Amino acid sequence: MLNETTKEIKDRSALVVNPAKTCQPIGAMYAALGIHKCLPHSHGSQGCCSFHRMHLARHYRDPIAASTSSFTEGACVFGGKSNLKTGLENVFAIYKPDVVAVNTTCLSETIGDDLNDIILSTKIPEGKTVIYANTPSYQGSHVTGFSNMTKAMVTHLVNKNKLIGNGRLAVIPGYVEPSDMAEIKRMFAMMNVPITMFPDTSGVVNSPNTGKYEMYPEGGVTVEELSDLGNCESTIALGSFSSEAAAFELEKIADVEANVLNVPIGIKATDDMMMKVMEITGLEMSKELEFERGQLVDLMTDIHFHYHGKKVAIFGDPDIIIPMTEFVISLGMIPKYILTGTPGNAFEKAIGKILADAGIEDSKFKAGGDLMELHQWMKNDPVDMLIGNTYGKYISRAEDIPLIRLGFPILDRVGHSLFPVVGYKGAMRLIEKISTAFLDKYDRECDDDDFELVM
Amino acid sequence: MKDMNKLVDKILDAYPAKVMKNRKEHIVHKESDEISVINANTRTIPGIITNRGCAYAGCKGVVIGPIIDMVHIVHGPVGCSYYAWGTRRNKGRAKEGSKNFLNYCFTTDMQESDIVFGGDKKLAQAIKEAVETFNPRAISVSATCPVGLIGDDIHMVAKQAEKEYGIPVLAFSCEGYKGVSQSAGHHIANNKLMKDVIGTIDIPEEDKKPFSLNILGEYNIGGDEWEISRVLNKIGYNVLTTMTGNAEYEDIAKAHNADLNLVQCHRSINYIADMIEIKYGMPWMKVNFIGMENMSNTLRNIATYFGDADLISRTEQVIGQEMSEIKDDMAYYKNMCDGKTAMLFVGGSRAHHYQGLLGEIGMDTILAGYEFGHRDDYEGRDVIPYIKLDADTRNIEEITVEKDEKKYRLRIPAERLEELKKVLPLNNYAGLMADMKENSVVIDDLNHYETEAVIKALKPSFFGSGVKDKYMVQKMGIYSKQMHSYDYSGPYAGYKGAVNFARDTAAGIHTPAWSYTIPPWKKEPMLVGKVEGAEEAC
Ligand code: SF4
Ligand code: SF4
Repeated sequence: MLNETTKEIKDRSALVVNPAKTCQPIGAMYAALGIHKCLPHSHGSQGCCSFHRMHLARHYRDPIAASTSSFTEGACVFGGKSNLKTGLENVFAIYKPDVVAVNTTCLSETIGDDLNDIILSTKIPEGKTVIYANTPSYQGSHVTGFSNMTKAMVTHLVNKNKLIGNGRLAVIPGYVEPSDMAEIKRMFAMMNVPITMFPDTSGVVNSPNTGKYEMYPEGGVTVEELSDLGNCESTIALGSFSSEAAAFELEKIADVEANVLNVPIGIKATDDMMMKVMEITGLEMSKELEFERGQLVDLMTDIHFHYHGKKVAIFGDPDIIIPMTEFVISLGMIPKYILTGTPGNAFEKAIGKILADAGIEDSKFKAGGDLMELHQWMKNDPVDMLIGNTYGKYISRAEDIPLIRLGFPILDRVGHSLFPVVGYKGAMRLIEKISTAFLDKYDRECDDDDFELVM
Repeated sequence: MKDMNKLVDKILDAYPAKVMKNRKEHIVHKESDEISVINANTRTIPGIITNRGCAYAGCKGVVIGPIIDMVHIVHGPVGCSYYAWGTRRNKGRAKEGSKNFLNYCFTTDMQESDIVFGGDKKLAQAIKEAVETFNPRAISVSATCPVGLIGDDIHMVAKQAEKEYGIPVLAFSCEGYKGVSQSAGHHIANNKLMKDVIGTIDIPEEDKKPFSLNILGEYNIGGDEWEISRVLNKIGYNVLTTMTGNAEYEDIAKAHNADLNLVQCHRSINYIADMIEIKYGMPWMKVNFIGMENMSNTLRNIATYFGDADLISRTEQVIGQEMSEIKDDMAYYKNMCDGKTAMLFVGGSRAHHYQGLLGEIGMDTILAGYEFGHRDDYEGRDVIPYIKLDADTRNIEEITVEKDEKKYRLRIPAERLEELKKVLPLNNYAGLMADMKENSVVIDDLNHYETEAVIKALKPSFFGSGVKDKYMVQKMGIYSKQMHSYDYSGPYAGYKGAVNFARDTAAGIHTPAWSYTIPPWKKEPMLVGKVEGAEEAC
């Protein structure tokens, strides 16, 4: 497996091998699915849209509908204006969404299509809405695309005439699973805090099988809710890479205070979120959630010896792996390598601080890296476990270490869309995965005389 | 029997006028034996939720990507390469001493500055790094959308790299906006392989093996090629080159040394098959390795072509053996699927190839269509002279080759070839429609809305398509199988493959989950009333 990856590391400045990120539009498409009755539309040639739908469908094992401007060579010469206009007219006539969320692609960006201008000159049916985000993939990553489309929801849909407070918090969950979004909503409900979550893909991309296909399932934040965001008391934005842009936009246009926190993965990040909620609302901690936290601590003390002291390599999206790094430290593990494909100094700063606070010195971390490099680090100084998305499976097999699947995309296992990794419950689930992976490996490989019943 | 005409009208009715006019020409109701005209290989209307992909997907994704020992660099922003990484299931085992890059993903990950100032330099540097890090047998460079627009000269960069590093560097201008689907990319890939690879390594006469075959348009999805080759080898053939599943660069370079080209996926590779015949004198035969009868017929046809008595008798022997091994299993699965109906909407050949196999387990295909087929894939190659080329197709380079005086070799005497053409599918493909039953429907570039409508109206038991349709169809309570990835199973080709397919299909249709879609409280009338009233119900 990956036999051509050498231990010796040669500098590469132009060739990316086994990327740890993908392109903006897929993140934008995913975010757009978190609006109720929204059809994402990809402005470019149809291949991009096809790829994005395929990858989302593989990850969620659920239908992902999105339309495309279907550029041909002519559109490249004359611009994509008529393709988008025709496209939007057909979309409203045939698929009848309430909202169309247009994202650009490398092609339409390179051509320089002015979406605002095109959409303004298109006849949009009464009561329907079109929003858009610029998502050129030669900048940032899929996380940036998610962030851009989430921000676009605020820019295009928030009613700027602020009325009175609506008594709600705006919550931006970040580029996480629908199961995580549902869990965050549950936690706020336990706190008795009304929220508007956006985007909200729960119920949309993990929809039930009822024998009936709903092109627009029940889930998703509604346009009315989005338009009312300006009346929220405060915003909680989870994950600076995917959520802060929208939070700052909301602060800018409607003066709703932005609070940017980590995605609540692990005990510390979840505690931080709860503290912030209590601080903003003046409410007390929910009894049930405190009970769950106690269970988590109980688990951490009871089975720490399954994983304490183990070295781990973590890769994926910044907003997921920053709190995950913090979490494995709280489990007594050593995050030896932390790598994201998404560019950005903020990542290296955040990880640097977490490691320094924990007194961990000889770990390596990098933003804008690729999996070949991560693998080579591991070849030079091995670790016991790999945490990351499905693409880590090649390395995991090559180095014969367990892979804990976390983040986007997961193409070869199920569970991520149904069971959360956020909150205290999610932390327990992660511990179960980590512990089980180590013990399964031990049980499979140990000698008969070392094989034990109780562990 | 459903009134298909009414159904078609109903589907079209929901469209805006212009869309209706366009889509009407892509739908044919087969009412008799006659083959009607269908429109295909034309632009998808903007806004339509199509299943189609782009030229890059057809070029790098389908044809070039499976070559095992090449570093396939995708020149463009990161996404295009990322999505084609490990998702197509083209398997490959490198030969002793060769390298295998199938699990790798290479991209120049173009950044904004590359778009503004040009990406040539970055590409040149990427090739250099690929050579230094991996030392591959050859390199491919595939351009994605923005590259053509900013005017990077990838061919120049490739040429210079070839000189500098002494290995082949093949550049493909397969930008996604070219043509109207993956099909343009197949053509672009075919051209380059023909121009620069095929014919470059000769096998000395003394090393040539008799009965040498190439399998064209076979990509070893789920191990199909291995299963096909197993049977061919057993009969006594030598499979020289497969294009391009499980192939190494040199295999392709040697392809012109074989005796016959077998064409499985007509759409993606027919250009090469034609050009090899013109240049090297090797005919091609349309084959179908899917299903028991198709497989047996194909084997018999190949044997007839060679006309060797031993070969012919071994063919019958092997067919007999293989069939006897699977017949009980096939009967078992047929029993489970008999009388059910199927729909097939796949790429450019499988929507045709699988109809026989489905028939063998008792299932009729009532609707079929291609994502990116041309009229000849539907109506047969006789229609080719009458196909009007539109601007999108004319933009794809059409290369012409000439007889290579040194390497041209008639495989069999010209008169015998002419005789054989009367009985064998030599240099010919009759298309999908000829095999479809009466009162079936053929839809080209079937889209999201049409899929929903035909499923609702005809309620088949099986919908064979891709991952973009699968889950929508299954939400409607109908089993949908991915026919590109086989739902991660396989092989499906050949005799043993037929059993795998039958087993998976029977399981998919009969898995107990379907019986739970409607909860019991929605199926049975609930007893209302209090406990005291219980006696009333007794
Ligand atoms: S062209 Fe750009 S948007 Fe399209 S798949 Fe490639 S990287 Fe993504
Ligand atoms: S079988 Fe279909 S999907 Fe596969 S290469 Fe041929 S046309 Fe393409």
